[in-house]
Amino acid sequence: MFFIAFNSFYTGLEFESENSSGYYPITQEKDLKQSIKDGQGVYSGFCIRCHLSEGEGVEGIYPPLANSNWLSEKRIESIRSVKYGLKGEIEVNGKTYNNYMSSMGLTDREVADVMNYVMNNFGNEDRDLSQVTLKEVSKLSKN
Amino acid sequence: MNIKALTLGLLSISFMACAQSDSTIDTLEEDYSHEVIIEDIEIPWGLDFFEDGSFLATSKEGQIYYHKNGSTTKVADVPNIYNRGQGGLLDVKIHPDYPQKPWIYFTHASTQGDEDGGHTALVKADFIDGQISNMETLYKASPNTTKGQHFGSRLEFDNDGYLYMSIGERGEREVNPQDINRDGGKIYRFNDDGSIPEDNPFYAEENARKAIYSYGHRNPQGMEIHPESGKIWVHEHGPRGGDEINIIKKGANYGWPVISYGINYDGTDFTDQTSQPGMEQPFYYWVPSIAPSGMTFVTSDKYPKLKGNILAGSLKFQYLEHLVINENGVQKREKLLNKVGRVRTVKQGTDGFIYVGIEGVGVVKMLPKS
Repeated sequence: MFFIAFNSFYTGLEFESENSSGYYPITQEKDLKQSIKDGQGVYSGFCIRCHLSEGEGVEGIYPPLANSNWLSEKRIESIRSVKYGLKGEIEVNGKTYNNYMSSMGLTDREVADVMNYVMNNFGNEDRDLSQVTLKEVSKLSKN
Repeated sequence: MNIKALTLGLLSISFMACAQSDSTIDTLEEDYSHEVIIEDIEIPWGLDFFEDGSFLATSKEGQIYYHKNGSTTKVADVPNIYNRGQGGLLDVKIHPDYPQKPWIYFTHASTQGDEDGGHTALVKADFIDGQISNMETLYKASPNTTKGQHFGSRLEFDNDGYLYMSIGERGEREVNPQDINRDGGKIYRFNDDGSIPEDNPFYAEENARKAIYSYGHRNPQGMEIHPESGKIWVHEHGPRGGDEINIIKKGANYGWPVISYGINYDGTDFTDQTSQPGMEQPFYYWVPSIAPSGMTFVTSDKYPKLKGNILAGSLKFQYLEHLVINENGVQKREKLLNKVGRVRTVKQGTDGFIYVGIEGVGVVKMLPKS
């Protein structure tokens, strides 16, 4: 009991030092179903305007999230772009995009949730992409 | 209305919204070139110019920069910035009687208040000898929300010295824009000290937000006084289709979301009405949306083909839109600086050149054609 308490306290400290936003994460993970559900709300508020309701994007302007090769081949870059924004030329599903996505100011928890929503919708649900955890988001630095 | 008529109405609006591709805008054979003036602002949100040609620029993250004689200095880190989604430090405006009245104004998404989240605030400060001091919040919309959308905001003075500010409806279209007792989805009017003019249209209404000048707006991110008529022109983001240009009238209702030329992002309809008595029709509407931000009227002789017309940034299509206008409306549209990046703001400087704030690029000067 003492060990568990000490351990979670220690983990908390570790997160704090790695997270420059000042957001102090809850260390408990959500179950995937709840994360996807919460991610839908984030998606409607922050993403849908450009990437549209089926993740189809706009060809040549906003890259698709639906069946996107980025989600499987560039998992870290995908998470990082939601957390910190993205700038410059990228190739998604064989097409080139050169745009600027600002950082949305989401909490790490919201980043994990919206990633899980996207990875389990828009045709991505058949691809067995593993759950994005809070820990995975928290440890990502900008570069 | 019977079901048949309703269905017919819905169908015809869907058809209109889908059928109109952006085929009414021209691409120049020879585009304008540009020169980067400030490159280290990631998202240059607002710009305004002093008589001597120097200028202020805001960064969405919360800094104000002063550019003079080729060098750029950070002059402020604005506190209480809510940098989330579309929120952050927004527009900046210099008092028209500067330096007699050495004041600047800016708007930002603000965390001030009891609730979590943010809402738009108007701040006044002194700007003397290149230094900012005495920041004072003149207005703070409430209640805060953690939603990331529709803060507005632009600032403009009219010829009588009133200050206008726009605030978006904060992602609460069913609650805010049509209710004059609530903030959001409004154009506001103030005296230059932040007090509220007693002849504001809803000043006498007991529970109204007395600073409101017009309502029924969605998310206005462009506002400029017309150089001849002196009227305040505003453009605002629609949803999917239905961005609008409106000429602001005292106490008027611009209809959002009761009437609109747009549809939901998922393609469904939220209204079958594009007009109603008591609600204003836009001067112009865009289908598809260009996501307009920033607006200026060109009065300078440096760009003969643009003179007398409107320039507006397109976030979505990454160009500066040139709208040729006359009293009958928009006659022609052209893409300038095509594919330059997400155009956030545009302003004619006191030197007559057009300056453009572009996300991920910085502040650039559009060069006239020789």
